[in-house]
Amino acid sequence: MTTTAPSRQKNGFLAGTANYVDERVGVAGILKEFGRKIFPDHWSFMLGEVALYSFLVLLLSGTFLTFFFQPAMTMVHYDGVYAPLKGAQMSVAYASSLDITFQVRGGLLMRQVHHWAALLFVAAAGLHMLRVFFTGAFRKPRELNWVVGFVLFVLGMAAGFTGYSLPDDLLSGNGLRIIDGMIKGVPFIGPWISSLLFGGEFPGDNIVARLYSLHIMLIPALILVFLAVHLFMLVIHKHTHYSGPGRKDTNVVGYPLMPVYVAKAGGFFFIVFGVIMLVATFFTINPIWNYGGYDPSPVSAGTQPDWYIGFLDGLLRLAPTGLEVMVGDNTLSMNILWPMIIGIGFLLVVAIYPFIENWVTGDKREHHVLDRPRNAPTRTAIGAAGVTMYAVMWAAASTDLIATNFRMSLNQVLQTMQISLFVLPIAAFIITKRVALSLQRKDREIVLHGRESGRIVRLPHGEYIEVHEQLDEFDRYKLVDFKDYKPTLARPNAAGKITLGARIRSGLSKFYFEDRIAPVTQTELNEAIHHAHELHDEVQKAIEN
Amino acid sequence: MSDNSKDLATVTSPYSDHEYPAGLANVSDDKVTDPGIEPHRVRMTDKSKKHEKAAVRQVAALFFLSMFGSAFALYAYFAFPIDANLDTVRNNTLFLGLGITLGLFGIGIGAVHWAKTLMPDAEVSEERHLTRGSEAKRAAAIEILALANQESGFTRRKLIRRSLYGALALFPLPGIIIFGDLGPNPANSLRHTFWANGTKSKPLRLTKDPDGALIKASDVTEGSVYHVIPEGLTEDNPRYLEEKSKAAVLLVRVDPKDLNEAADRKGWSYDGIVAYSKICTHVGCPVALYEQETHHLLCPCHQSTFDLNNGCKVIFGPATRPLPQLPITVDKDGYLIAQSDFHEPVGPSFWDRAAKTNSNGIEG
Repeated sequence: MTTTAPSRQKNGFLAGTANYVDERVGVAGILKEFGRKIFPDHWSFMLGEVALYSFLVLLLSGTFLTFFFQPAMTMVHYDGVYAPLKGAQMSVAYASSLDITFQVRGGLLMRQVHHWAALLFVAAAGLHMLRVFFTGAFRKPRELNWVVGFVLFVLGMAAGFTGYSLPDDLLSGNGLRIIDGMIKGVPFIGPWISSLLFGGEFPGDNIVARLYSLHIMLIPALILVFLAVHLFMLVIHKHTHYSGPGRKDTNVVGYPLMPVYVAKAGGFFFIVFGVIMLVATFFTINPIWNYGGYDPSPVSAGTQPDWYIGFLDGLLRLAPTGLEVMVGDNTLSMNILWPMIIGIGFLLVVAIYPFIENWVTGDKREHHVLDRPRNAPTRTAIGAAGVTMYAVMWAAASTDLIATNFRMSLNQVLQTMQISLFVLPIAAFIITKRVALSLQRKDREIVLHGRESGRIVRLPHGEYIEVHEQLDEFDRYKLVDFKDYKPTLARPNAAGKITLGARIRSGLSKFYFEDRIAPVTQTELNEAIHHAHELHDEVQKAIEN
Repeated sequence: MSDNSKDLATVTSPYSDHEYPAGLANVSDDKVTDPGIEPHRVRMTDKSKKHEKAAVRQVAALFFLSMFGSAFALYAYFAFPIDANLDTVRNNTLFLGLGITLGLFGIGIGAVHWAKTLMPDAEVSEERHLTRGSEAKRAAAIEILALANQESGFTRRKLIRRSLYGALALFPLPGIIIFGDLGPNPANSLRHTFWANGTKSKPLRLTKDPDGALIKASDVTEGSVYHVIPEGLTEDNPRYLEEKSKAAVLLVRVDPKDLNEAADRKGWSYDGIVAYSKICTHVGCPVALYEQETHHLLCPCHQSTFDLNNGCKVIFGPATRPLPQLPITVDKDGYLIAQSDFHEPVGPSFWDRAAKTNSNGIEG
């Protein structure tokens, strides 16, 4: 297709450059392979893009900040322009953060761009995960890419927390104090790990520089590596698409990378960047000058971490009084360990979910057509339960603010949250599953009998009926094309034994697929259409008479 | 399939190239037939030259707007410098930010508008292949592995293989141990505070945080609360923050009749004045809030609540242990002094905190 490639002249500068690059890098082959790759279109596919672009914004704004920030905890007396802190003793890190804010043109703007982009990065990654979960995009062959994405989410939280701790102001110091307290609660080795992390006693004068190394080097490098793997797998698998006419597990329907997606996705980067810039221009985030440098004695009421650490902080608050126990002469801080176990356990379940579902269904086929959430009722209900549990943990980080703002008793708010942590996910599961099944029934109804048109017609024998309008075949196909599973009984293995694994698996398959609405078959559809025609004729006759 | 594949009996796949087992899935042979991709709907810009031209002008206008925004940002950088007046920070942020925003939005919205109105919008279908390689490719890959194995003798030469595993297992260990000097042995550092520097003959007086003023018992009125640090712990101390993290104390005076003191702590308060560690026994936040009416101390981080009247026992929240009490009294001039260090480690719990507590107190 590039018969003109060898002759480079005559076509001007662009062709010359293209030829130069191809003869040295072989770019023509890459372009031929990927230039017209098809990408499907849907707004929900842009959530991952938002995360990717916020990360690029983080790299850009973060690099700017590194040129001015000094990660040292040496004590100095502040001599900058911010009058309320003049002469106050503080760390170099905090002083340089204040200088970025008040003495560097665009410094406050870049700090706010960086912080807002970080909040957006974790939020977009989280929403992207939810989209992938609820549409079943994690199914074979994408299980491993789910795990890679999960690691990226956790790395995002780590990057956020290490960055939050750098300005060494009162809030960031308090965050570190809580981390120190949690680490000390680890059995046997807690005080040792704390000493290694802080370089001695808390707070010491090492922690900011150490977190800085992690924050600007190790963690972003890991994120870049995992991003590369994530996108590489995306190219290998090709993007999923939603069910609809012509969409199959064996094809991908959408628009070509060049030029449509280059323009759309490239433009979208600028839009995401623009939104972050706009928010950073108008909305203050983390006003580090408000509370002064870190001091272990004062603290302001209503302290909270950035939103994505909230669920861990909430878990700490949810622990009821008196969990700490003595084991012989030693102290076992279960009031810290339980929250850690539940938090980490929750994340682990998220990480391995694709493998659980795959084991239950035993479905080894490749899945490239996404599920509408209603068509996988149990999975959707599990997701809703998880989201609810996360929401309770997260809201629990605001018990004090809820109590003061709504004039309620702090104790009752917390007790409500403690109960909610277990009750609400179950309620969410049941409600979501019922709603999903009802929506499936409604879909079936619409496919077989059409949409209610609001037109009431009286038949000759006096019966009133509402005329239903049939869907066109394209809209209809969206509603009937989904995968359906049936529960199975535990079967004996080759040795004639029913293993425990088989029993659990059949139990789970019952849990997943006992309540199911089967997709409409062609026979059912034909009958329904036939019936609709008869009715139509009857109505038509009635109208004519 | 390549010719080589017949040598490799094990490669034959249990599945054909296009089908994997469907597990519990209901594979219906009565599926509704797929009508195929919907017919393309023509846009206004496809059928009307006028609309097409308008779209071209809109896209270009957006790109011009972007140029204006970026130029304005350059202007704002110089036109709105910042000085000692903090309002200038606001103006600098505002106008610089607005200019850059416009520069970004112009490009972004322009490019998307271009794609949506002027580039082809007919959906295309591309075939997908199974992720796994074809049988021929897999056979070739396995053959390479088998050849590499045969040439190196990796499976055959057990001694080499096993000693390599051993070497690989040990080699990271120096890389881990080398981090040992990140921090010292915590040893007993968590068991003592700055208050231990007082002696029988020269006890440490209580001072206000942060101005360091001494506190006369007679000045402490009922219901008032003082944030206290030990005498001599000043900002120029190189370990100021570490010491303060352990030695910070909250001092409160209540009606002595309200105090329920344990028998072994009878002499630790002075005329209703009690001093407790300000560092929460949960994860170490400062317990900074005092509710005057209920005599409760509240930690703002996780809301652990301590009952001052009853030895600061936990009555709410995730903490378990009471706040450690600092034994105090007055000297001959009426100033509050500490009788000794705390009698137990302050702050968050750790594994062996209860051990060796007896060697901690310096009284007696």
